[in-house]
Amino acid sequence: MEMCQMRVQVFEYKQSLFREGTLDAQFTQLQQLQDESNPDFVAEVVSLFFEDSEKILNDLTRALEQKCIDFKKIDAHVHQLKGSSSSVGAQKVKNACITFRNCGEEQNIEGCFTCLQLVKQEYLLVKTKLETLLRMEQQILAAGGAIPMIE
Amino acid sequence: MDATSSSSSWKGMMEQGNEPHVLAVDDNIIDRKIVEKLLKNSSCKVTTAENGLRALEYLGLGNDQDNSLETSGSKVNLIITDYCMPGMTGYDLLKKVKESNAMKEVPVVIMSSENIPTRINKCLEEGAQMFMLKPLKQSDVKKLRCQLMTRS
Repeated sequence: MEMCQMRVQVFEYKQSLFREGTLDAQFTQLQQLQDESNPDFVAEVVSLFFEDSEKILNDLTRALEQKCIDFKKIDAHVHQLKGSSSSVGAQKVKNACITFRNCGEEQNIEGCFTCLQLVKQEYLLVKTKLETLLRMEQQILAAGGAIPMIE
Repeated sequence: MDATSSSSSWKGMMEQGNEPHVLAVDDNIIDRKIVEKLLKNSSCKVTTAENGLRALEYLGLGNDQDNSLETSGSKVNLIITDYCMPGMTGYDLLKKVKESNAMKEVPVVIMSSENIPTRINKCLEEGAQMFMLKPLKQSDVKKLRCQLMTRS
């Protein structure tokens, strides 16, 4: 595929992720931080985000399985995930965490279960999309091109 | 340059053309990595710590340490810390720094994902240089550098 075509494809894909609210401006901030001294910065941060998120989601699942639910612990976990998702620009995950926190504050167990499902869903979606995006961008870089940025 | 006197302020050090040494404290691994890059992109030397206790140890203010001795921490020009951390909060860390003779001149910046005026005021009253809202952007770090340059 021609470089021009590749770049247009990546630009349009990225634009769609922003338009649908999957990613927000913070993701662009991350991409702008990447430079020659750290050419894998975004991939490294995203990879940490995946690892960290999966651990938190497992912890949350276990926490909600307990006979006596520790809402403080749940709040701490969700706060962490809200922070990380916000820092990488995973807007839908962040928003799902905000809703989750509200359920936790109200000690609404049913609500918490629903929220956990929602957060998991949004996380899996953003994971797939980010993996696709980064793979496409890596192809451009490998072919000597520059990643198109969304301003 | 006497590292423990107030002449090791940011401005003095920048005038000497040295890279400021920043201690960044955050319990979130993603945020630690991002703040480190933000600071490195602004020509800072960065040391990270994952909690308040480790930060104090680095600064030579730990419980088992002799606070009158100069340690590597006495070369830190700025401390930037998250507010919400388990155990010791950023506010607790700020207090400990401001209470110490060796470190009280070092500017401390607090970061938080939550915009709570009482929290912000509490930190500023305790001597925080600045309060920054997370997630941090490059423009925030640039603003921080400018502010510190004009600090007397």
